[in-house]
Amino acid sequence: MSLVKVTIDQIEVEVEAGTTILNAARIIGGNIVPPAMCYYSKLEGSGGKCRTCLVKVAQGSAKDPRPMPKLMPSCRTLVQDGMVVQNITSPEVMEARKAITEFLLINHPLDCPVCDQAGECHLQDLSYDHGLADTQTVEDRRTFAPIDIGDKIKLHMNRCILCYRCVMVADQLTDHRVHGVLGRGDHCEISTHILKAVDNDFSGNMIDVCPVGALTDKTFRFKSRVWFTKPFDAHRECTKCIGKVVLWKKGDEILRVTGRKDKYGELEEFICNDCRFEHKEPNDWQIEGPRKIERHSVIGQNHYEKL
Amino acid sequence: MQALTNRSKVVSDKKMTFMERIYIPAILKGMSITIRHFFRKKVSINYPEQTREFSKVYRGQHVLKRDDEGRERCTACGLCAVACPAEAITMIAGERKPGEENLYREEKYAEVYTINMLRCIFCGDCEDACPKEAIFLTDRIVVSQYERSSFIYGKDILVEPLDQSLRIDISARQTEKVLNFKQDKRFAHNK
Repeated sequence: MSLVKVTIDQIEVEVEAGTTILNAARIIGGNIVPPAMCYYSKLEGSGGKCRTCLVKVAQGSAKDPRPMPKLMPSCRTLVQDGMVVQNITSPEVMEARKAITEFLLINHPLDCPVCDQAGECHLQDLSYDHGLADTQTVEDRRTFAPIDIGDKIKLHMNRCILCYRCVMVADQLTDHRVHGVLGRGDHCEISTHILKAVDNDFSGNMIDVCPVGALTDKTFRFKSRVWFTKPFDAHRECTKCIGKVVLWKKGDEILRVTGRKDKYGELEEFICNDCRFEHKEPNDWQIEGPRKIERHSVIGQNHYEKL
Repeated sequence: MQALTNRSKVVSDKKMTFMERIYIPAILKGMSITIRHFFRKKVSINYPEQTREFSKVYRGQHVLKRDDEGRERCTACGLCAVACPAEAITMIAGERKPGEENLYREEKYAEVYTINMLRCIFCGDCEDACPKEAIFLTDRIVVSQYERSSFIYGKDILVEPLDQSLRIDISARQTEKVLNFKQDKRFAHNK
């Protein structure tokens, strides 16, 4: 593989040809990494839908130094040798990101006080960083009739931003997909065909990949806000998956089991439904230790040792 | 040892003079101070027959408000509990069942909501944190009790009565800015 040189926000990095701008920025790390609501590195074909990762390409390549005419989605644009990219250094990009955030929030119900995802929601983080303090629309928000998609997963279609991550999980992890996006345009919705229940060994991962609170854990529904639970790394012997999880405990009680997420909110390993929903007794798990939580997260609230 | 202030007096056991020994001038001097206070304005009041005027934003006992239709506004979002510097607030959320729409405003509500009044420092952060305008501090005083356990107030004390005439008035606490915000149609999703 040949290496190409790319400059992102005046930081030069050498990456393999065929890498996307987003992944090149992730190699550099820090605050120059564009936010991503739909791109998921573990899911093939994800990205290109939410437009939060738009960046400005000030110089296409060393051979053709013209800038690209529009802002480019960094999760889908491949780097070229000598490319110069501006992310947080470009006011145009920040302005566009603000507009995209507002656009994603137009139909979002903003029911964060009720939503179980609050505290670990990517849309919340995004609007905290880039959103407006108020809204400019007076129209009613799009609403859908609630659908039951099984006894383990709760679907709140009103909160969905149509990132397609859950559809890709079903396509790439499970044998047969029973849910998908129905309808067109404004009527698009995640649904199952004729109210079929989503029932598969790995379907629970849809909860973890969902960037908003559209898909949440029914066994954890309204049990506790995430910032009142304490996360612990734990593992168990599992025949179906790797068995490495995070336990969210309140006192001795295990309220929720999720996969381990990295700093971009992506699962390190997908876990099976058996681990996620069926094992909530303390003796089911070998606890490794407390999970490190990023300082900016509300989950780290009241954990004074981190200050 | 060095004196902390220079007001200290050196004590001596010298013999008192005749005027000092009869004590009458000293008694009269003391009485005159006492009697002068009879004619001054009183600094105390006869509580509870009389009460002082409270500030509009006095921070006393909390109330959990209901909306105009009598539904509880609190959705157990936990922001008051996380904002509370004294960690006085705890809650357990419950899911609203079909048929309870006239009791709770949203699909989630606080099944248990307690404030430990012994821990509470009446800072008003819970009121500031509340996104649903559910909790307010009022000008009511938290009454004294004989037992510590009686200070853990549950929903039976905190939620205001259903009867319209018995509702707790908090309109004085709401500034013009808040009222304008509530009238703005753009924030209808938050009503």
